[in-house]
Amino acid sequence: MDSRLPPELRDGVRDAFPLLLGVIPFALVAGVAGVEAGLSPLQTVGLSVVVFAGASQLAAIDLLGRDAALGVVVVTVVVINLRMLMYSASIAPYFRDLSARVRAGCAYLLTDQAYALALARYTGDRELRRPYYYLGVAVTLWVVWQAGTVVGVVFGAAVPDGWRLGFAVPLVFLALLVPAVSDAPELATAVVAAAVAVAGAGLPFNAGLLAGAVVGVAVGIAADALLPGSGDGADATEGHR
Amino acid sequence: MTTGYGPLSVWAVIVVGGLATFAIRLSFIHLFGRVDEVPSPLRRALAYVPAAVLAALVAPDFAPATATPAALLTPEIVGGAAAVAVAWRTEDVLWTVAAGMVGLHLARFLL
Repeated sequence: MDSRLPPELRDGVRDAFPLLLGVIPFALVAGVAGVEAGLSPLQTVGLSVVVFAGASQLAAIDLLGRDAALGVVVVTVVVINLRMLMYSASIAPYFRDLSARVRAGCAYLLTDQAYALALARYTGDRELRRPYYYLGVAVTLWVVWQAGTVVGVVFGAAVPDGWRLGFAVPLVFLALLVPAVSDAPELATAVVAAAVAVAGAGLPFNAGLLAGAVVGVAVGIAADALLPGSGDGADATEGHR
Repeated sequence: MTTGYGPLSVWAVIVVGGLATFAIRLSFIHLFGRVDEVPSPLRRALAYVPAAVLAALVAPDFAPATATPAALLTPEIVGGAAAVAVAWRTEDVLWTVAAGMVGLHLARFLL
């Protein structure tokens, strides 16, 4: 790599590499699934560039494929990405000296992984030139995400339907769901959300999905308050990325 | 399943979803100094959003048509069960998807 680059930036790029093992297959699925759901190649890549948030992209593709109401698709994307409010609040102090334009760029690139790595780095050392490490991680992830989507689009269009590559979408959701269920309130959340969604599967506009999500979150909050020993819900949030 | 929506509707979803997502990302980064913290009730609710939304998203894909043993043994459910087992052990997206696809096709071949 060019030695004129700030060392912080190079550190960020280097630290992002192990993450690519998880990012590349996810990006390929986003590309394949878009084409399988009937989006054009340009729309599928556009989704990756404009939204740039994997789980919400797959949800949008899944729902568009089922002809869900457009409002439900957008609301689902928003709900899935709401977690980034917490990242935004948590990383904001480190970006406060930057210009509004650079801050907007940093915000656009904000992902689970870039947030986690940058926060771990910044809390250890106060003297860093702040955005470089973050940008090293975030830009690497962005480039690989877009390239992976393009490869997935090309590959997905060439694969016979019998391979059932579209099935990778619910499988990715399962891969994300299982680690998100690590204690009793989260288990109650998932079970109730699933039951409500299945019961409401016949509702118009895919309203069962939103009903399941809302009721699930309410059950999680209630279970957290009721179960002994689980303490204040805000504590559980601290360790949650 | 392919979408019945035309290009205009799909692009509308992409643009509106993208703008909303950007607004979420920018929120506190932009407002820092005026609003420094996520209000505590919202923070508590957000902790349960991933489990709730993901469960509600996948459940209909794997729900059996009827409550008979035969309906429980579809290739999709076998693949999903394999994926959950591997996700539990590895917490890795790549291995989870691989296990689910292998499970699906093995079950299609065997059942």
